Amino acid sequence: MKHFGIYIHWPFCESKCPYCDFNSHVEESIDEGRWLAAYLSELNRYANTTSKRTVTSIFFGGGTPSLMGSETLGEIIKAISDRWNLWKNAEITLEANPSSAEKNKFIEFKQNGVTRLSLGVQSLDEDSLLFLGRKHSVSEAKEAAVVASEVFDRFSLDVIYGLPGQSPTKWKRELAEILKLVTTHISAYQLTIEPGTQFYRDKVNTGGEAVEKKMFDYTYDLLEKKNLNAYEISNFAKPGHECLHNCTYWTGDDYLGIGPGSHGRITKSDFNYLGLETYATLGIKSPKKWLENVEEKGSGDLRTSKLKPSERIDELIICGLRMAKGLDTGKFFSQTGISLYDVINKEKLLTFKERGWVKQNKDTLFLTHKGRNFLNYLAVDLLA
Amino acid sequence: MMTEIQYKRNFSIVAHIDHGKSTLADRMIEICGGLSDREMKDQVLDSMDIERERGITIKAQTVKLKYQSRNGNKYELNLIDTPGHVDFTYEVSRSLEACEGSLLVVDSTQGVEAQTLANAYLAIEADHELIPVLNKIDLPASDPDRVSNQIEEVVGVDATDALKISAKTGDGVAQVLEKIIDLVPPPTGSERSPLKALLVDSWYDPYLGVMILVRVKDGYLSKGMKIRFMSSDSSYQIDNVGVFTPKPTPIERLTPGDVGYITASIKTVAETPVGDTITSDKNPADAPLPGFKPSIPVVFSSLFPTDNAEFDELRDSLAKLRLNDSSFVFEAESSAALGLGFRCGFLGLLHLEIIQERLEREFGLDLINTAPSVVYKLHMTNGQSLELHNPADMPEVTQISFIEEPWIKATILVPDEHLGGVLSLCTERRGEQLDLTYAGSRAMVVYRLPLNEVVFDFYDRLKSTSRGYASFDYQLDGYRESKLVKVSILVNGEQVDALSFIAHFDQAEARGRLICERLKDLIPRQLFKIAIQAAIGGKVIARETVSALRKDVTAKCYGGDITRKRKLLEKQRKGKKRMRQVGQVEIPQSAFLAALRTSDT
Repeated sequence: MKHFGIYIHWPFCESKCPYCDFNSHVEESIDEGRWLAAYLSELNRYANTTSKRTVTSIFFGGGTPSLMGSETLGEIIKAISDRWNLWKNAEITLEANPSSAEKNKFIEFKQNGVTRLSLGVQSLDEDSLLFLGRKHSVSEAKEAAVVASEVFDRFSLDVIYGLPGQSPTKWKRELAEILKLVTTHISAYQLTIEPGTQFYRDKVNTGGEAVEKKMFDYTYDLLEKKNLNAYEISNFAKPGHECLHNCTYWTGDDYLGIGPGSHGRITKSDFNYLGLETYATLGIKSPKKWLENVEEKGSGDLRTSKLKPSERIDELIICGLRMAKGLDTGKFFSQTGISLYDVINKEKLLTFKERGWVKQNKDTLFLTHKGRNFLNYLAVDLLA
Repeated sequence: MMTEIQYKRNFSIVAHIDHGKSTLADRMIEICGGLSDREMKDQVLDSMDIERERGITIKAQTVKLKYQSRNGNKYELNLIDTPGHVDFTYEVSRSLEACEGSLLVVDSTQGVEAQTLANAYLAIEADHELIPVLNKIDLPASDPDRVSNQIEEVVGVDATDALKISAKTGDGVAQVLEKIIDLVPPPTGSERSPLKALLVDSWYDPYLGVMILVRVKDGYLSKGMKIRFMSSDSSYQIDNVGVFTPKPTPIERLTPGDVGYITASIKTVAETPVGDTITSDKNPADAPLPGFKPSIPVVFSSLFPTDNAEFDELRDSLAKLRLNDSSFVFEAESSAALGLGFRCGFLGLLHLEIIQERLEREFGLDLINTAPSVVYKLHMTNGQSLELHNPADMPEVTQISFIEEPWIKATILVPDEHLGGVLSLCTERRGEQLDLTYAGSRAMVVYRLPLNEVVFDFYDRLKSTSRGYASFDYQLDGYRESKLVKVSILVNGEQVDALSFIAHFDQAEARGRLICERLKDLIPRQLFKIAIQAAIGGKVIARETVSALRKDVTAKCYGGDITRKRKLLEKQRKGKKRMRQVGQVEIPQSAFLAALRTSDT
């Protein structure tokens, strides 16, 4: 089935975390009514061209979208189901922080349509939480997780490892604690220092390659044993609990990006020649400007650009190889009109297969666990 | 109308770069009315862009001037502008052979420099009357008294009557012309003797074929005449005879003392070697003019196109350049690491740079060049001897009895506060001091140095150690036996031919280590461990390791990250395209360049 997701970006947080490079801002007061109107206006704009499609997922990301009122969320979900055909099993995810205030809203969110909660606990160690600039405590994180797991059938914990000074032993203990809280979905990220973040400015180092590699391998091994499969580089799920919306990104299906700085991909059939055209949309990054533009000009887009065929191919490959199931050759062909093996370097493919980094099945090309560790390196070579 | 021989004067200008040679030539052309204002570009004699930018002349050029002297007579002056660099010493000496006198132009704000000295000596060897001229007297820093003393002390020429001029303002230039009339002797020679004309220079003209600049010593040259080149015994029929005013202007005939050009439907300059004697085919001279030497490349380097697909273009471009420059030679070469390219021979480092620059600028090529190397003479155990142009071709050590390397005699002039640095540089480069003298606050040192020490960034070091104040000139000074070894660089056991070099045994280890250290930082980590070794024969003298990449994966990639990741991938892929494969290892081109360029610090 072809997925079609809608991403809603809420760009505000109570405080900015030093590792975060997402488009998030701290504001004194937010006129939620204005924002809701703007989201609806943008949804209307996109509905004009895509309303025939079935929406398979909605994702509220941020920022901290759980700071939104649950009715606001409900309005947005309702608007989507009014304008599109919202699939009956649609996944509607909300990102939330484990603060007590938000925790108390989980039931309301569910009542307003949210089906899945992604809880940003990040760590179960007080010092690490402090280092990561998180405002919650370990006990708050645990409490929120318990409530989330009671309220939502589908829920996920976000954690970060590979912090400076974090030993593999420490991480093992933490991971064991995490597994007590969640049994269906974990997103476990290695800390990366992204440009533009406080950590980058402070020249913070990550834990170091050797240690990180060790933790990465351990995480895979343990979670696989617990029936949480690494369906993507940093995402682990019990079968059936994979995040549908994120899989939409990785399989190259379409999604709308609604909100400041959000990205979208929309593919259109081109009737002039036999092929498909994928457009990349990008929203204005500044929340204030985005809002003003939506209100005054009827669009928050900074630009929409047609991807070149080679760009589309690159995206499909770097995203597809992130997933355990890899790239589906049939799907790749239907998306690009080109056979996958015509665009990847055959010599390199052979070498990587021999080294056990890449595997091929009848319909798929995928990386082994060993190979996924070098995904960026391999992708450059395979596309050289 | 023919000018009688006693009213002819042939002269040249000896000067260091930037001391005002070309500006002075321009002023003299103006005074004699050689060109209209419209035609007058600054420094008309330097016609190529590169020459103008670098302020050096590569080809000898000439201009014939008509001058009305204050003594009432009309004179014909031939100014021969010599190529202005150490790499072209032989060409300079041939240009000087075509004249009877020289202006010794010295910048009165600077003083005598190494090139002034070298070219002044060449002029003295050619029996020239030297006329000292102090230029740039309009500048506040001008110190004519100090500089004329220096000319006497260093060059050994009487400078009491040195002319004080400003070529820029034109002040004193007329006196220079008068002085030429007075001091430079008129040429000698007889039109009735068999033809002897000196081939001063030659170049390729797309319309006329090869143009040959000649100086007639005896006999005459005229259109239709059959001539013979005495070095090769080949004959041609003259199509055109003319002089440069400085525009090429056809005339009837060139007679003794004349400097002019001929064309004879010659296709390449290789057929017209500088210094050759041209004689009449019908009535040849008994013996050629003395001093002819075929040009021999002394510095070799390999040129590879950055993009292998540009090989054919590189070959065509080299062939085009060679049309006009026979002193540069090339042959195809295949390197395991760098692909197909050419091994090229040059007269010197500047010559190398000029050719490379022209290839990149005029032909739009992007090149990698290997470290410059000199010509070694290998004496084999079987009694044979051979010349080694490329370190990669070095035979087994066991087959070599001994190796000789070329030496140079280098003259360096430097302000005495920088002398210490220059001396230690020369010592470090295995130099032997021959002389050290002072002229005022400037020291002149003469060193014997192995040429291979000079081709390794010697100029750059000299420049930095003297803050740009040292001037340098050299001449080849024979071959000497030396304890030389070939140092190979191995990457994961595979020899990288383009990185191997020949060094003196005492320095081999240090240089090998340095290159290994450099490469360690320049080769990106890959999915396996990479060993970088320097070896002499089978013996490893230095080793570095690039550790294996343990992971290279992005933790997060969602909707908002994809564009950025894709752009990063594009960038990395571009970088990858510029990598060269040695076995399994990918080496960026920048690594080759950086490892070679500064093979010493």
